[in-house]
Amino acid sequence: MHEAPIISVRGLNVFYSDQQALRDISLDVPSRQVTALIGPSGCGKSTFLRCINRMSDLVDSCRVHGEIRLRGKDIRERDVDVVALRAHVGMVFQKPNPFPKSVFENVIYGPRIHGMVASRAEAQEIVETSLRRAGLWDEVAHRLHAPGTGLSGGQQQRLCIARAIAMQPEVILMDEPASALDPIATAVIEELIDQLREKYTIIIVTHSMQQAARVSQQTAFFHMGDLVEAGPTAELFANPRDERTRNYIAGRIG
Amino acid sequence: MSDPFSGVRLNLGRRHLQDRFFQWAGGSAIFLSLVFLALLLVSLVHLGRGAIWKTEIALDIGPVAQMADVQQGAGNTGKMVREAMFALFPDVIGRADRRRLLSLLSPDAQLELAAALRNGRPVGQHRAEGAGVGGKLQVWLTASDTLDMVEKGAVDLNVPEERRLVSDRESGWIRQLEENGAIRRVFNTGFFVSGDSREPELAGILSALVGSVLSLFVCFVLSVPVGVLAAIHLEEFSSGRRWAGLVEVFINNLAAVPSIIFGLLGLSVLLGTFGLPRSTPLVGGMVLALMSLPTIVISSRAALRSVPLSIREAALALGATRVQTSFHHVVPLALPGVLTGAILAMARALGETAPLLMIGMVAFIADVPSGPLDAAASLPVQIFLWADSPERAFVEKTAAAILVLLVLLVAMNLLAILLRRHFEKRFKETRGA
Amino acid sequence: MHGTAKMPGICARSLSRRSSRAGFSFGRTFPFGQRDPVGGNDGFSLAGRVRPLEMLVRMLLLASSLVAILVTIGIVLSMAGEAVAFFSLVPFSDFLFGLDWSPQTAIRSDQVGATGSFGVVPLLAGTLLVSTIAMLVAVPLGVLSAICLAEYAAPRARSLIKPVLEILAGIPSVVYGFFAVLVLSPLIRALGEELGVRVASESALAAGLVMGVMLMPLVLSLSEDAISAVPANLREASLALGATRGETMARVIVPAAMPGIAGGVLLAASAAIGETMIVVMAAGMGARLTANPLEAVTTVTVQIVALLTGDQAFDSAKTLSAFALGLLLFLLTLLLNVAAFRIARQGEKQFV
Repeated sequence: MHEAPIISVRGLNVFYSDQQALRDISLDVPSRQVTALIGPSGCGKSTFLRCINRMSDLVDSCRVHGEIRLRGKDIRERDVDVVALRAHVGMVFQKPNPFPKSVFENVIYGPRIHGMVASRAEAQEIVETSLRRAGLWDEVAHRLHAPGTGLSGGQQQRLCIARAIAMQPEVILMDEPASALDPIATAVIEELIDQLREKYTIIIVTHSMQQAARVSQQTAFFHMGDLVEAGPTAELFANPRDERTRNYIAGRIG
Repeated sequence: MSDPFSGVRLNLGRRHLQDRFFQWAGGSAIFLSLVFLALLLVSLVHLGRGAIWKTEIALDIGPVAQMADVQQGAGNTGKMVREAMFALFPDVIGRADRRRLLSLLSPDAQLELAAALRNGRPVGQHRAEGAGVGGKLQVWLTASDTLDMVEKGAVDLNVPEERRLVSDRESGWIRQLEENGAIRRVFNTGFFVSGDSREPELAGILSALVGSVLSLFVCFVLSVPVGVLAAIHLEEFSSGRRWAGLVEVFINNLAAVPSIIFGLLGLSVLLGTFGLPRSTPLVGGMVLALMSLPTIVISSRAALRSVPLSIREAALALGATRVQTSFHHVVPLALPGVLTGAILAMARALGETAPLLMIGMVAFIADVPSGPLDAAASLPVQIFLWADSPERAFVEKTAAAILVLLVLLVAMNLLAILLRRHFEKRFKETRGA
Repeated sequence: MHGTAKMPGICARSLSRRSSRAGFSFGRTFPFGQRDPVGGNDGFSLAGRVRPLEMLVRMLLLASSLVAILVTIGIVLSMAGEAVAFFSLVPFSDFLFGLDWSPQTAIRSDQVGATGSFGVVPLLAGTLLVSTIAMLVAVPLGVLSAICLAEYAAPRARSLIKPVLEILAGIPSVVYGFFAVLVLSPLIRALGEELGVRVASESALAAGLVMGVMLMPLVLSLSEDAISAVPANLREASLALGATRGETMARVIVPAAMPGIAGGVLLAASAAIGETMIVVMAAGMGARLTANPLEAVTTVTVQIVALLTGDQAFDSAKTLSAFALGLLLFLLTLLLNVAAFRIARQGEKQFV
């Protein structure tokens, strides 16, 4: 917490057509920690996440105002290339979405398009390292060239994490990564997230407060487009300052 | 690490260029296709616009007394027309020259005059000099296609004489007629109300149009009920059964069979085995019906499938039988969609040519058919025949006939679109309720 | 409890019709209030009943759906019958491998060259040439347009452009034929003259080009269907990894949509082979073995039309050969269609 935050958001307002989805959000995300975004559905936490790697650009009706700084550089400036941005900020989605290609091709896809792979051996190395970090290596080492879509749900999601890791991002965004998984697979993913924070900054959207409590060091609570409060997870859960946070944690909303 | 986005490794420039190239290639593919469409339509209008006009020559015909004879059924209009023509050019003597002079008129000009006289229509105006029984009437008669083409500027008089349609002599006559004010352009009603003719200036589309309408009628009556019933059967009564899948395979394949094959089927089975009359809209319509059937089944199934399952469940839960459920509830809701598909299938059948050639609907038919058992052509076949004719003047007729065909197709498609709109609106209401 | 005045009426009538065979009827003169018609327990039966009308309707429906099969069988039988008659006159191998097509039939038996020759190879070559040109136009135009419409075009532009492009598919082929003969052929000839190349007045190129434009909407709409059937989350995944839209298309979406696109291309190829009017009007009549697109070629469909228009005796080899050609054409297109549906279906399974 002593070094400068890797991401700092100031005065972020997001609109879909004329409906406001996020209202004046300011948040600092510390480096190499897990930050959980919690709140009832429709509160804007996913929208916030998608602004950070500008996936929000894909929605025509979406307009974003405000500052999002990654290492001090505003990612919404003209000279910032989304392609480069997304190479630095990886993303894992709610539903596992491996490409209909082999496990190997899935992992190497990002490095390859970004021209990071010089040789076959290097590709092999990237794939192995990424899969190891995603805790999937032992399970798929013998079938690297089998289709990624043939894996189980939890394995698919870890494959997607490996795919994001392979680009050596600094930040990984996770949009409810365990919501489509069974409890055992969820536990595996949570453990993985805990390990990954050694190397990566992770922002995770979750609808489960238990999950937020288990995996995150920082938590931000969103409610109806507002960032109600944010702080160290233990503190926020033990001692919510705001009435709405208290109600949410107590299970009275959402 | 001051700028986290230094794209040294990422080759950003090249990659974005590639992206832009993709976009550009797709855009130009669309652009090219649109240009082609525009070129097609513009050239058709350009080629066909002349066909709404025809050229007429004014002749002083008389004496009036003789015309009265014609009305009684006697008299020789041919002689009257010839003499009037020669009178315009007294210096043209000699059989060959006079024949060429007469060729400026449509060969049927005398019949035109006779028909006009018999119908008792006023055929012309009295010239100022010489009123009365011995006087003459100024009558406008259809000019030949050659003169028509010259008037429409389709003949380039700068081309050396031996390589052009019109000799210097003829163009001289034409100029003289123009100077005398004896040439005019009128709306070519004949194009829309008369049948085919060997003479381009007289040819019209009515016989072909009626042939098309009759064929389509037969096609509609046969293919729509059978197609819709088949769709109901497949969708409502046997969905999921194995042989329904088999029927589906047959229908899908049949939909992609070349249309000419259906013509061969018609030739061999309908004409050969059953001995139905050749060249008739009846057989044409039957062949088109076989061709349209798969399309209608496929579109009707889609329409039936879009009826919410809850409606079927509601009816079945009230104790309605499956037949009752289908015909009381599902089919009425699907009907606009079914009709939309049927209209589109009919539009396709209207433009179809190849199978009709096979069953002999290519004969030269000048008379307007009065029923599905009369020999007839159809509009696209007429277009094919005219496009094949050597006379220059048929080009504009062909293009004009194409424009008529396209207008009909557009009208049918618009009707289908309107129906679909209506359909969608109704469904929103159903869902809302 | 007794419902409204209307309710029992309906129930009584409909129940009475259906329960007549069970020997029980409320009758139309059912007195209100004596029995509860909605409750209706007396004599109620769950036994099945024969409904003659219902059976009739079902038979009619069944018969209608059988028509498709009957028509297909009819096609095969009618053409096979005539084709067998043809092959009794002309050996099968001469037909399939013969390099010369000149279907003259002898008037006198001692005539020179009386038998005519029925080698189908030049016709197939011509068909292949024209279809190849058509596909070279239709596939790039159709697939690139589909990609552009699916990925780059604004929704507004897409909803405007697509129907306009589909007009191209709705224009009858006889119109394309006329256009090829009257506008495109002279244009190509003029261009050829400019470049010092001799171009025949009827050429495979003119016919193939317009055919390609005609088939372009077919490729476009089937490709677009296949592309939009690719789950949106794959596109998101690729974009989130920092791929450009072009890379996403080329490396993720198009490969995933490939079975559908390939199916569409095969269907278009089948349509190209079976297309008749354009080639009849613009490709030529003379059978010639050539790969030069600037020459006139003839196709299977052109020869069918040439052999069967006008009055002919049904038993001459010349007329019968048209049915052999028809059978060949039917089998060729059937092969392509079956392959197209197979491949497309495999693609659909991918994402289930």
